[in-house]
Amino acid sequence: MSNLLLLIPIALFLGLLGLAAFLWSLKSGQFDDMEGAANRILFDDDEQQPQDSHTKNNGVKR
Amino acid sequence: MTSMSPVGPDFCCRGCAGAFELLGDLGLKSYYSRRSIDPKARPLRPDSDEIAAVNFTDLVSTDDEGVHHLNLMVDGIHCAACVWLIETLLQKNPSVLHARVNMTTRRLRLTWNGDIADVDELVKPVLQMGYRLIPFDPAALEQATQARNSELLRCLAVAGFAAGNVMLLSVSVWAGYFQGMGGATRDLFHWISALIALPAAVYAGMPFYRSAWGAIRNRRVNMDVPISLGVILALGMSLAETMRGGPHAYFDSAITLLFFLLVGRYLDSRARGQARSAAEHLLSLNARSVTVLGDDGTRRLIAPDKAKPGMIVLVAAGERIGIDGEILDGQSDIDTSLITGESIPNTAKPGTTVFAGTTNISAPLRIRVTATGQTTLLAEIVRLMENAEQGRARYVALADRVAKSYAPVVHLLSGTTFLGWWLIGGIGWQDALMNAIAVLIITCPCALALAVPVVQVIATGRLLRAGILVKSATALERLTRIRGVIFDKTGTLTTGKPELISNPDDDTALELAASIAANSTHPLSRALVRAAGNVTPIANVSEHPGQGLSAELPAGTVRLGSRAFCGIAENADLSSHIAGPEMWLQEPGRAATRFVFHDAPRHDAEQVIETLSSRGFDISLLSGDRAVTVARLAETLGIRDWKAQLSPADKANEIARRAENGKCDLMVGDGINDAPALAAAYASMSPASAAEISQNVADIVFQGDRLSAVIEAIDVARKSDRLVRQNFTLSFAYNLITIPLAVSGMVTPLIAAIAMSSSSLIVIANALRLRSGRNKQRAEDPSALPVHAQEAGAPSV
Repeated sequence: MSNLLLLIPIALFLGLLGLAAFLWSLKSGQFDDMEGAANRILFDDDEQQPQDSHTKNNGVKR
Repeated sequence: MTSMSPVGPDFCCRGCAGAFELLGDLGLKSYYSRRSIDPKARPLRPDSDEIAAVNFTDLVSTDDEGVHHLNLMVDGIHCAACVWLIETLLQKNPSVLHARVNMTTRRLRLTWNGDIADVDELVKPVLQMGYRLIPFDPAALEQATQARNSELLRCLAVAGFAAGNVMLLSVSVWAGYFQGMGGATRDLFHWISALIALPAAVYAGMPFYRSAWGAIRNRRVNMDVPISLGVILALGMSLAETMRGGPHAYFDSAITLLFFLLVGRYLDSRARGQARSAAEHLLSLNARSVTVLGDDGTRRLIAPDKAKPGMIVLVAAGERIGIDGEILDGQSDIDTSLITGESIPNTAKPGTTVFAGTTNISAPLRIRVTATGQTTLLAEIVRLMENAEQGRARYVALADRVAKSYAPVVHLLSGTTFLGWWLIGGIGWQDALMNAIAVLIITCPCALALAVPVVQVIATGRLLRAGILVKSATALERLTRIRGVIFDKTGTLTTGKPELISNPDDDTALELAASIAANSTHPLSRALVRAAGNVTPIANVSEHPGQGLSAELPAGTVRLGSRAFCGIAENADLSSHIAGPEMWLQEPGRAATRFVFHDAPRHDAEQVIETLSSRGFDISLLSGDRAVTVARLAETLGIRDWKAQLSPADKANEIARRAENGKCDLMVGDGINDAPALAAAYASMSPASAAEISQNVADIVFQGDRLSAVIEAIDVARKSDRLVRQNFTLSFAYNLITIPLAVSGMVTPLIAAIAMSSSSLIVIANALRLRSGRNKQRAEDPSALPVHAQEAGAPSV
């Protein structure tokens, strides 16, 4: 019985943590563009950073 | 004209060739290995310089730290490679802080440091690639849908969290039934469940309570009324049961119910949101501003409704005219097909009156605004449309009709159970109430409320992938009831683009004509180029708007254009029996060649008409065009019932007349003149090439050249209707089994949970069959929308 008193709060706390994480990610716009997110993972380059663009381009050319 | 990049066989136009070179210079050729272009999709459309000169600075907002923000709508995104290209192009500029394209909504968010006026320089490379950027105000656009979606998602998260945890505790309690859990432990678990479920249900149930309250206040009943009542009573009773240490608590059922329903609600709202945002995107591309010429010669862009009579407006070649006015200067051809349904452009010269919604084809024009706002032709159409809409009876969604008869039955049943047990059964009123509430919980229409949205989500998604955007929530339900299909002619049954029909005897004439025509954007010239296939434009060509083209060749001057322009006598006609718009080619020292064109039907139009009439639909054709043209097309396509030279009001009246005779018609049309008819019809569709007002009013917008979208939409609508009815039957069957149990007081929380979840899952699984049907079709026939495969597949479901 006493282990329940410990385990249930832990389980609830972890659940709430997950809920809070989800609500945060929702608020920060991570669910706004599901299609883009699915494709972005395939962009295999660092050209996105403007500073790097000149150096990295040579590597990608053909 | 001559210094342009060559248009080789690899490029569709100069814009693409230019973009290719530009990409090479920037070291971004890897774009070509990234992109995966759908061959059916529209190609990128390069812009003429005039339109590119949009003033972006107006919508730039600057925050406290001096960072500028701009939201832009991007036209021409095909796949992730475009997203990559645009972002990379923008980020090459060191002052850009953040450039992110949302691929779902095709919107670009740009932030940068420095000067506001830099924006034109920043976006230039993107415009040069042929993408079009349209500034928009994010606050004005679909904010409501966004907010609703994220509210549903938040509720869903909370309900999911609560359902998971309460279920964990409930499973222990159920196991305790059989293994002898102590009363104190059970009570503890009930209390914890209550602690989780009550606040969660208050928060996550909000969308339902609000909607139910709204319905009750208006003395109506919708599906949310029994849902809310069931959830609230279940929670209340469980709380009471927990307080007195009873064995039965329904926290898990109540919160799982909310969770399931929210899943359905969210998916439904998202699917329609996607279709609607796609439609909005299409529209915003057409919503152009007009270029006003100031007294001092400056140009500025303003919204069409801000234009005042007397202002001078510049309209570039290829641009949509945004106002009603009179031409001051310039000679051109005006495409009026969206307004009158006429397929051939009219010649326009100073003094000609032009209307908003028409397109200027061949040369720049200066137009004096004569009417704005309420006085334009467009405003007149809008009034007609509003009248037509008022005439149409409001359609009540199937689910709400079911709820209307379902809710009273359930509530009556529950009341009878209470009275029956209490007065006749002779048990205490608390126990009688328990049984009555159990009836409410078990009949709480979880499956019933999911029956429609789940099917709708899958149907809308399936159509969206085929390029058919379902905008209205009840469009699919209404589509299943139509008995007749009414088509507009130009741009709907036909492509709206002229095509060469007469085949000149020698190919060299066609080739020469096409290579001259390649320098012009006139629809007839384009048709010549299409007919000739691969042509290289020749140099030294000058365009004479409203007349034709002339080319200086070593052999002399070659003219291509109207009869008068080429100096052909009126009676020197060789093949006058072929009517239709024409073009002449006059070479020095040779007989003139005549090219005749017609507005060709969409290539699958005949097949679609045939399929529709073989299924028993009455097909009609209502057009604003001349009777000769309409009769010819009607004959070609086998349409017996046609009417020509109809005004917009005639079309709407015709449909209203049919509706009075109890006929439900589907109207398919694209022109501004079709808008009132679209509004009057029981259901309506319009192609994505349609005028914006028509797209706005249509229930469904379809993209692409295929008319078979009409059949696809009707098919999917019918299939979904069957599935919805099956779902209703399934959930009623469930109730038939469980209601007697509940009335007799034998339902425990375990039985309630099993009954509720399994009926929901069965309904969802049944709806998913709509999706699996599509996959089979794709496997059989990889080319999209196989009409025959659909027919073969339809009866088996």
